[in-house]
Amino acid sequence: MMRNSKTSSGTVFPYVIDILVMLLVVFAFTTLVLFLVGAPPFAAYYHIFKGSLGSWVKFSHVIKAWIPLTLCSCGLLYTFRIGLWNIGVEGQVMMGAVLTTYVLRLGTQSSLPTGFLVMAFCAGIIGGGIWALMAGYLKTRGGVHEIFAGLGLNFVAQGIILWLIFGPWKRAGIASMSGTEVFPTQLWLPHIQTLRISPAGLCLALAAIVITALMLKYTRIGLFLKAIGNNQNAAYLFGVKPGRYMLLAMIFAGGFAGLAGSIQVSGVYHRLLPSISSNYGYLALLVVMLSNYNVWIAPAVAFFFACLNVGSIQLPMVLQLDSALSGVIQGILVLATLAVQGLRMIRKDAP
Amino acid sequence: MNESGVIILLASVIAGATPILLATLGETITEKAGLINLSLDGSILLSAMTAFVIAYSTDNILLGFVCASMVGALIAGIIAFFSVYLHQSQVAVGFVLTLMTRDLAYFIGSAYSRLQGPQVPPLALPFLQDIPFFGMIFFHHNLPVYFSLCMIFGIWWFIYRTPQGLRLRSVGENPRASFARGINPRKIQMFYAICGGLLVGLAGASFSLCIKPGWGQPQGAEGTGWIALALVIFGGWHPVKAAVGAYLFSFLQVMSIYFQGWIPSMPAQVFQVAPFPLMIFTLVLIYLVQKESVMKWAQDKPFVRSVLRALSGAAPSALGKSYRQD
Repeated sequence: MMRNSKTSSGTVFPYVIDILVMLLVVFAFTTLVLFLVGAPPFAAYYHIFKGSLGSWVKFSHVIKAWIPLTLCSCGLLYTFRIGLWNIGVEGQVMMGAVLTTYVLRLGTQSSLPTGFLVMAFCAGIIGGGIWALMAGYLKTRGGVHEIFAGLGLNFVAQGIILWLIFGPWKRAGIASMSGTEVFPTQLWLPHIQTLRISPAGLCLALAAIVITALMLKYTRIGLFLKAIGNNQNAAYLFGVKPGRYMLLAMIFAGGFAGLAGSIQVSGVYHRLLPSISSNYGYLALLVVMLSNYNVWIAPAVAFFFACLNVGSIQLPMVLQLDSALSGVIQGILVLATLAVQGLRMIRKDAP
Repeated sequence: MNESGVIILLASVIAGATPILLATLGETITEKAGLINLSLDGSILLSAMTAFVIAYSTDNILLGFVCASMVGALIAGIIAFFSVYLHQSQVAVGFVLTLMTRDLAYFIGSAYSRLQGPQVPPLALPFLQDIPFFGMIFFHHNLPVYFSLCMIFGIWWFIYRTPQGLRLRSVGENPRASFARGINPRKIQMFYAICGGLLVGLAGASFSLCIKPGWGQPQGAEGTGWIALALVIFGGWHPVKAAVGAYLFSFLQVMSIYFQGWIPSMPAQVFQVAPFPLMIFTLVLIYLVQKESVMKWAQDKPFVRSVLRALSGAAPSALGKSYRQD
């Protein structure tokens, strides 16, 4: 997973070729799919581009998607480093959102909205952390592979949100898929009026990147995570308990994911929705894979993915296409990257 | 509940289990060869979409089934190729394909959603349907149901009673040793991944052409693939035990319709997620059952011991590992 092949100046050229081939494959496949449904491919690409970077308002939407995606990706770097497939990010985002909503609901009448916002964010982190810890315990104590544990908990979290929206937290009058009552404006995360971006969310995302980079590179925890990820038995013999660090990595991942959930509730939707996590949890896994588990590349990839997601929202309106196209492009991109990695390894093995 | 009520209940359990049974059997074969096809959830959706669109536009149900199984085989083939020849993580490739094939299904299928399409006609088997009680339960369905029933024993017989099955298992247990014995693990893994994929594709087709006819977003098959993956573990990588799991699951699904009637205040969406905590719980149980201390405790309790033995089963030793030929 962490194979970093050395790049000397003379061997950069094959990499450029690799990337070009990869992009060509992605482009060809996507165009083929668009032809298959009888859509004009270039119009689709144009609308994705225009819908994401065409104006400042669109750009602010991209940033809004980038923030949770980056937070989730940062969290995933911890779990990938130790060799865990934390597929439960989606549920961790949701539980973060649930606890945030819980705290904010208490504070609707309060005269101290900022205090409640801070508390709500802490609650979000705790919510995500607990959910991740459950998956971690199921892995270390219950013998359930983290993929099944995480996935099952995702569905459970979804069920909890639906139950809350249709049950105890339902809107006065009718309960519907459009979510709970919107919070009063003093409980919204403050945002810049013209751009509709919340500086607090942006700062948190940037802080997450820096913290993750420092943690993974310069602390004992980062070192041990890597050691266990590379060779669990050797780490164990060295006196590092893999189970304990797995739980720690899960808590970090869940905490960041829960924070993303808090921002989704207080900064973006201002209420709890069934689709509050917007699939960012699953998408973040692709982001981290595509960035080759690199903390500095991941935000850039997250930005590109956010552009695709936001841009494709235009497609149903303009071209009567489903917005799932963004997922197809993201998937084939990661697949092509994995193929290129494989080919590179074969090339290296060959004399 | 009177007799006819029981018959209807059991018959709908048999019919409803078809897709998940086919997917579970397909995954069992693939995993027996040492490969994990994690993409089941997406594969089922994409093949369901393919089956419906093809059957709808050509008005040929058989063609729908054929194309769906090809799609399933193609996806499984991609995963096998990435693992066998490119040495990439099966889990990574499988997960990416899970997401991508699902989105592909939604994207291509969106023009065909909520359309009234063809359905597999019921076909009661002559003579067999007249058997009292069992005839009504087993032989009043359609062809995919009979096919899935035959496949349980067909696959068991193939894996455990034929030389090809022995080779398949040997590759899953120890590809290096199999290679030394003159078997080509790469070919075997590719071949059985594709065979398993064919069944997964049929599972998808039996969703959109029998169980939940039509296509939509969501289709209603979401999550089934994950349950099938868990059922393979539940069945201890044994096709018959996995099939029992699939029927148990189908039984619970049918029962949940009754439960829903008892608690009308619960939204339907909550019931849809109910299988997943159950899945986690079952996997924990399977793990605990195989612990040494539990086995020791059950030593002088013959009944408990046989239950525990039925619940335990080891994964193929080389499962999920990418094999490198020297």
